[in-house]
Amino acid sequence: MATNYETHEYDVLVIGAGGAGLRAAIEASASGVKVGLICKSLLGKAHTVMAEGGMAAAMGNVDDRDNWKVHFADTMRGGQYVNNWRMAELHAKEAPARVHELEAWGAVFDRTKEGKISQRNFGGHRYPRLAHVGDRTGLELIRTLQDHGIHQGITVFMEYTVVSLLKDGDRVVGAFGYDRERGRFRVFKAKAVVLCTGGLGRAYRVTSNSWEGTGDGVSLAYHAGAELLDMEFIQFHPTGMIWPPSVMGILVTESVRGEGGVLRNKDGKRFMYDDIPDNYKSQTSTDPEEGWRYTQNDKNAKRPPELLTRDHVARCINREVKAGRGSPHGGVFLDISWIKEKIPNSAEHIKRKLPSMYHQFMQLANLDITKEPMEIGPTTHYAMGGIRVDAETQATNIPGLFAAGECAAGLHGANRLGGNSLSDLIVFGQRAGLYAAKLAKETSAVSVSDAEIESAYREAMAPFERAAGGTTEGPYQVQYDLQNMMQKNVGIVRLQNEMEEAIDNIQKLKARADKVAVQGHCEYNPGWHTAIDLKHLLTVSEAITLCALERKESRGGHFREDFPDKDSAAAKYNHVVSKAADGSMKLRREPIASLPEHLKLVIEEMK
Amino acid sequence: MNKTVTFRIWRGDATGGKFVDYTTEITEGLVVLDVVHKIQAQQANDLAVRWNCKAGKCGSCSAEVNGMPKLMCMTRMDTLDTSKPITIEPMRAFPSIRDLATDVSWNFRVKTKIKKFNPRKPDAEDGTWRMQQQDVDRVQEFRKCIECFLCQDVCHVLRDHHKHDEFIGPRFLVYTAALEMHPLDTENRLAELKQAQGIGYCNITKCCTKVCPEHITITDNAIIPLKERVVDEFYDPFAWLWKKIRPEG
Repeated sequence: MATNYETHEYDVLVIGAGGAGLRAAIEASASGVKVGLICKSLLGKAHTVMAEGGMAAAMGNVDDRDNWKVHFADTMRGGQYVNNWRMAELHAKEAPARVHELEAWGAVFDRTKEGKISQRNFGGHRYPRLAHVGDRTGLELIRTLQDHGIHQGITVFMEYTVVSLLKDGDRVVGAFGYDRERGRFRVFKAKAVVLCTGGLGRAYRVTSNSWEGTGDGVSLAYHAGAELLDMEFIQFHPTGMIWPPSVMGILVTESVRGEGGVLRNKDGKRFMYDDIPDNYKSQTSTDPEEGWRYTQNDKNAKRPPELLTRDHVARCINREVKAGRGSPHGGVFLDISWIKEKIPNSAEHIKRKLPSMYHQFMQLANLDITKEPMEIGPTTHYAMGGIRVDAETQATNIPGLFAAGECAAGLHGANRLGGNSLSDLIVFGQRAGLYAAKLAKETSAVSVSDAEIESAYREAMAPFERAAGGTTEGPYQVQYDLQNMMQKNVGIVRLQNEMEEAIDNIQKLKARADKVAVQGHCEYNPGWHTAIDLKHLLTVSEAITLCALERKESRGGHFREDFPDKDSAAAKYNHVVSKAADGSMKLRREPIASLPEHLKLVIEEMK
Repeated sequence: MNKTVTFRIWRGDATGGKFVDYTTEITEGLVVLDVVHKIQAQQANDLAVRWNCKAGKCGSCSAEVNGMPKLMCMTRMDTLDTSKPITIEPMRAFPSIRDLATDVSWNFRVKTKIKKFNPRKPDAEDGTWRMQQQDVDRVQEFRKCIECFLCQDVCHVLRDHHKHDEFIGPRFLVYTAALEMHPLDTENRLAELKQAQGIGYCNITKCCTKVCPEHITITDNAIIPLKERVVDEFYDPFAWLWKKIRPEG
């Protein structure tokens, strides 16, 4: 080999240290194997920290009618029945134990009057179900796992980026990457690799995701031969900040609506009453007074339409704006200040229930949410699609490779319910860690190939060589052009010809990305990091577009203006994307396994 | 209302560096981090800066703006005097990596030395615990910490006297306070606080409290109560006498 790299050997290598990655690493380590954990940022800064509302677990602390069956049925309904039903079942059954476990590790949730973990209402959940800490639940989750994890003998590699997975034949045997601070390359050998790399929102211009959300894990898995599932389903969160421009996309938690916030257009009308989908009619109130009572935990009241699923609310907002009824900066109004009509000391109440929202608007927009409505609009938030995994073990189709959390797919179907993400991380992070450790124990030593490492190294270093060769286009312009194009052509409302155009554009952008040049050297060089991320962004963008073109119906996070209705035939299959032998991206339909009798009954019961 | 501003950004690494001026146009509603990003994209592709959430929740983009420790993502441009160059420096209490990125790994090492949470056995009939909200309010205040390390940066014990080996700094006193005041925790961390962790070094100048972007009342609510506990444990003459005559108590 031309270059010598420091090599680290682990039984289980976890890539990504958000909620899922930390939980997987803790579980694997507790199983008695040697664990390495790679994070792109500093430990505890991953995007999980941004989650606000809470984690869904049917503990029944606030409403004792809640149980796993209701949670399961809610998740399937929210996902429009293209979910992996076994994942939805496991998730609903195991989430309460995982939440209690966090408490045993030091998490301090908000309490009920009886001193139990409090639970709040959220869109699409029939009963108050979200364990929470004000509106900073993600911080509590990641900090609890971090503070527990650092005592488990896990080796943490902070500010490292993985550029490719290493294989021995069909099997994944490690990863090749570099530390961002010094730019030194490293080889990680592992008997099992768990991808927990989170989302891909950075493929779009307006997103709630941080710079890290570039779809790394999805792309790494795809290029290593793993199958991707249902990439067309992207969640556009209805409430992102839209003003001032620099904060565009930053999330405004759904808890604002859970606590009684309402959506209005510029005429002051609560437009959500205009369009309540049939499958939610029986659960949704048409009386504002009743809707208010629901947010104040009246068990007999039905939810206000603002708390319909995210995909639907986002589309309604989009419709108002397109019809010219939007707010001055191209969104609509979200108003929590109106509750002063209902609650004495409402300003204090709002600050206590939504402290970080108050803070965020005060500091970034100079707006007091206890006095004025916020201006909001949809923002790219979450990928329901991702790496295809086995429900029980989170194993991919590639031996030695596992995935959990947002980069994996299946649980959420066509649309994720708020609060089901944090619970997803801990339920399936735990399972991925457990089964990766099990595989590692059954595996003897693995070997990596020098040729493969050398080729990954050359690919990573190419942008510097092109700069020396006189090329001038940097990575940022290519990234902006991709983000703008995806936003316009494969966004919240989709059309056949626009997406066909997107496929062409992606090929052109790929050609440009293959030529970008970076100045300077490897040490903490953001230009270089961006150049490497481009491959991931382009891969996931292509997969999203390809799937979206093929799904000629509207369902959940996927809305086609040319096919605005649901097609019952399309409810019977998932899309599976994989890399063909010639390197091109191919897509096939995979029939969804039919529900077993006991789950069919649950869904019937909960209708 | 576009206008031109000059950012005087520290460029360099552990071996040294200098301030470099970048002039750029800004629009309404920007924060300091936006302007740094603009300079990075247009004038200095290799300018090193940490950031993640851009909403004051992750605590990555800590720096010194006109000499004040701040989160760059939460510092609005309209709060700064743009008629003069705005200086942006890395946190000075930590070694430089490059440009605005500092080596904060010391903080992560310190944390591992603090005894972890150790709850009492579950005592509710469902195998969990009961805690009242009023009993967790204080701990929740401490748990708002986003680990931006601005309190560490401004603390003179670390910044000026470099007592990193003898003092854990405000962040980890808050962390310890959250553990010590957790209603379920059974561990005792007072001996370490007094000795290895150097709580006595803090002379309550409250600089940490002033710079905390989460508005945690670090000195009054965390450090002073811990100091009191340490005093009660080790310096109370009546308690000392009591322990002497009732050693088993």
